[in-house]
Amino acid sequence: MVVSGAMNQLKLVCQGVACDRGGRRVLNHVDLEVGSGEALIVQGPNGVGKSSLLRVIAGLVATAKGSITLEGGMAERSVAEQSHYFGHLDALKPLQTVLENLSFWRSFFEPADFGDGKVRESMSELEALDTLGIAHTASLPAGYLSAGQRRRLSVARLLVVPRPIWLLDEPTSALDKASEEVLLGLIADHIHAGGLVVAATHLPLNLPNTKFLNLSPVTTESEHMFAGDDLDDYFDEPEQDED
Amino acid sequence: MSWMKSLFVREYQLANRVGGGALIGVLFFLAVVTIFPFGVGPDMILLSRIGAAILWIGALLATLLGLDRLFQADREDGSLELLVMSGRSLELVVLIKCAAHWAATGLPLVLATPVLSLFVGLDFQSIVLVTLTLLVGAPALTLVGAVGAGVTVSMRRGGVLLSILVIPLAVPILIFGVSAATAGAIDSNNFLVPFLFLCALTLFGLVVGPLAAAAALRVSGE
Repeated sequence: MVVSGAMNQLKLVCQGVACDRGGRRVLNHVDLEVGSGEALIVQGPNGVGKSSLLRVIAGLVATAKGSITLEGGMAERSVAEQSHYFGHLDALKPLQTVLENLSFWRSFFEPADFGDGKVRESMSELEALDTLGIAHTASLPAGYLSAGQRRRLSVARLLVVPRPIWLLDEPTSALDKASEEVLLGLIADHIHAGGLVVAATHLPLNLPNTKFLNLSPVTTESEHMFAGDDLDDYFDEPEQDED
Repeated sequence: MSWMKSLFVREYQLANRVGGGALIGVLFFLAVVTIFPFGVGPDMILLSRIGAAILWIGALLATLLGLDRLFQADREDGSLELLVMSGRSLELVVLIKCAAHWAATGLPLVLATPVLSLFVGLDFQSIVLVTLTLLVGAPALTLVGAVGAGVTVSMRRGGVLLSILVIPLAVPILIFGVSAATAGAIDSNNFLVPFLFLCALTLFGLVVGPLAAAAALRVSGE
């Protein structure tokens, strides 16, 4: 995948990240690098810290050790403020309509540029709802939506505010096959447009330009999470999925 | 600036749509104020002497009633995480949420005060003074309460703890609010000093409340 112009290359770098939750170390010495136009899929069994890693990058959980930086990003903004976090919760108010929910996030979230100094055009609310196939629900209160529809409405937030980093926690849960295809297409579009994706999943996601990070449980004996010392040992070779 | 407006509008709408917002608070205020004459007895002179205090305590309790949901609802549905990473100042977000909450639930209490004052036999001048002190002082109650709401956001039954935390902090506001209203009714020269202290407490709350609540919310994602 060729990303246009070296000028607007972004690179998310985590070095030696550790994090504690509830007095227990759940992540230890995690290193990762994701550049513009790349996706990193975080894999591992349940409870291994996939969600914690995303929450640490999203700035919702403090790091115990290590650093997280976005090279080439906006210097005055934190990594979290240039990221979209798509977690288990949908952040919808059941008493507001679908359109009200989405319009609020569109006007409230501060857009971030992709390292090129200008804010990109994003979809309007109705375009995003239409892309996700829930335009007909626009004037319904969000409380009447099904689980899959709520999920899709939550995805719409990522489309109406441009931000380079997408942090996706089990993005395809509760989605049917067709919606999953749509979502994967949208994520692929984001990658091709020079965005960065970090997704935690236990299901295979068919995304272009993918790297993998396999997390394994933190053991008390070993300070390092991985056997190897070199970063290359942590990643499988990127799957080239040119189209 | 437009994000502030959309946040205010949304919070105001939600406060009003969930369980009737303003009406519930005013009814609770009414319940607290009407229970006092039953306990104190039909002594109109005594009632009118402690009337300002009754109204202030009623307003304090009614304010505490809705505050536990100020941030908790956002935490439960995941909005709080997004508010934190939105790139907007969390202190300003807290301040706007407090303003919207106050406009939806606190202001109706102030507007109901003149009517409820009649229940405890206040004269016209006292009614004006109590309403004025509540108008100035009730925002301070909301702002102090927001700190408690931020600290207890992750607790399932945080409402009780919130009240226990906030009531001691509300004591100075109560003292200066009630003394301005009662002293002013006896001699208008005694009104200004406690009233200015009350204004100072509200201004202090405007600064410290959002800072402290935002700090509490930042670590609530842990």
